[in-house]
Amino acid sequence: MCLGIPGEVIEVDEERPDLAKVAVSGVKRKINIGLLTDDPPVQGDWVLIHVGFALSKIDEAQAAAELDYLAGLGQSYEDELAALRDSRIE
Amino acid sequence: MRFVDEFRDAEKARALSAKITSLCEPDRHYKFMEVCGGHTHTIYKHGLEDYLPENIQLVHGPGCPVCVIPMGRVDDAIHIARQPDVLMTSFGDMMRVPGSGGNFFDSNAEGTNIRMVYSPLDSLKIAKQNPDTHVVFMAIGFETTTPSTAMTVLRAAADGIENFSVFCNHVTIIPAIKAILDSPDLRLDGFIGPGHVSTVIGCRPYEFIARDYDKPVVVSGFEPLDILQSIYQLMLQLTEGRCEVENQYARVVPWQGNTVALKAIHEVMELRPYFEWRGLGFISHSAMRMKESYAEFDAERIFDMPGVRVADPKACQCGEVLKGVLKPWECKVFGTACTPETPIGTCMVSPEGACAAYYNYGRFTRTRVREVSAHEHV
Ligand code: SF4
Repeated sequence: MCLGIPGEVIEVDEERPDLAKVAVSGVKRKINIGLLTDDPPVQGDWVLIHVGFALSKIDEAQAAAELDYLAGLGQSYEDELAALRDSRIE
Repeated sequence: MRFVDEFRDAEKARALSAKITSLCEPDRHYKFMEVCGGHTHTIYKHGLEDYLPENIQLVHGPGCPVCVIPMGRVDDAIHIARQPDVLMTSFGDMMRVPGSGGNFFDSNAEGTNIRMVYSPLDSLKIAKQNPDTHVVFMAIGFETTTPSTAMTVLRAAADGIENFSVFCNHVTIIPAIKAILDSPDLRLDGFIGPGHVSTVIGCRPYEFIARDYDKPVVVSGFEPLDILQSIYQLMLQLTEGRCEVENQYARVVPWQGNTVALKAIHEVMELRPYFEWRGLGFISHSAMRMKESYAEFDAERIFDMPGVRVADPKACQCGEVLKGVLKPWECKVFGTACTPETPIGTCMVSPEGACAAYYNYGRFTRTRVREVSAHEHV
């Protein structure tokens, strides 16, 4: 729950601009991007996701570094990803 | 260890370690607190203490939101979950936090319906799908998760959802740091500031630490090299007689934080006059509650709760661990009666808890080796 997970924005929902589909370690899920209205992410941007909400934009190199860190966490990252996989945000 | 295997990183770590050592005055002791449980995790996992000179000590702080939830609040949550037609949701980390009569899993075995969710928005969705059930989201976390709860309440209000509420247990990091600074138990030389919390609150709220307490703060990333770099920056400030807030994690943390998130929080929530933190006791203005204007989404107003203060089990020394006064292995039940499978205290529950991190990775670090050899000589 404290983990920030990097995801790549695949598409922003046209009808609901506060939602975007992102790819996270092979999982594709909808997340909320409503906290980034000051500088909304577009397709191809990377964001750091906390409990379903993008909290900050990051660059691709940083995303790789964060993923590397998460992979090293083992079980707690697996658990968080499993939870994300079950998530159905709308 | 992956970190040591990676030649380049190990090389960089050694270089930083040498730079840190060169700044140490040999007869001075340095104590730095890492506030965030994520940092504690990295420190134990990669044995970072082994890269530091003996006279630099890392002290683990209160920055694991699961670890600071007092037993009474778990009991209150279970009490709400027992009400007819109530379904409770919370993050997975919450499920094994012990209350006085067991945890959420135990409670479910006795008939409650407490479900794990990834996001508060998942709770809202469950509410929409089950209009005859009242869905209560047990919200926990520091400022990294508070905006998500606030945004979810705003969504519920916009959609006119009437069967959803929040049992708000969000805590704020600054008063906890202040309580530690004011506590006589601990003499600290500086802080490794939390990374993700700071994406929301920014770096400015830490300025009082430098200004009023003359201690440097470096907001840090989570990689081993980030933490070593932050320690180096702290040492450099001390050597040069500076006390400032520096942002080592600027690639993620904007100095001013996330203003949209802060606005959402303050729209929906306000500071409580005081809140009990497990082990730290009551700290004023240290947690959030729902504002009156969002009363219909406030589980505390909707349900009667016992609200009883429950003392921690006698054997439990989480308070001392959370304040950094004791190392996890100095607690009498560590690793024997208290393990991640059967936690007595909360620091053993979440992987970011100091006891769990130490239990999983730390058994061969410097402190442990010293501890073992000290015992052998008694
Ligand atoms: S070992 Fe268990 S009881 Fe002791 S401080 Fe750690 S979590 Fe608390």
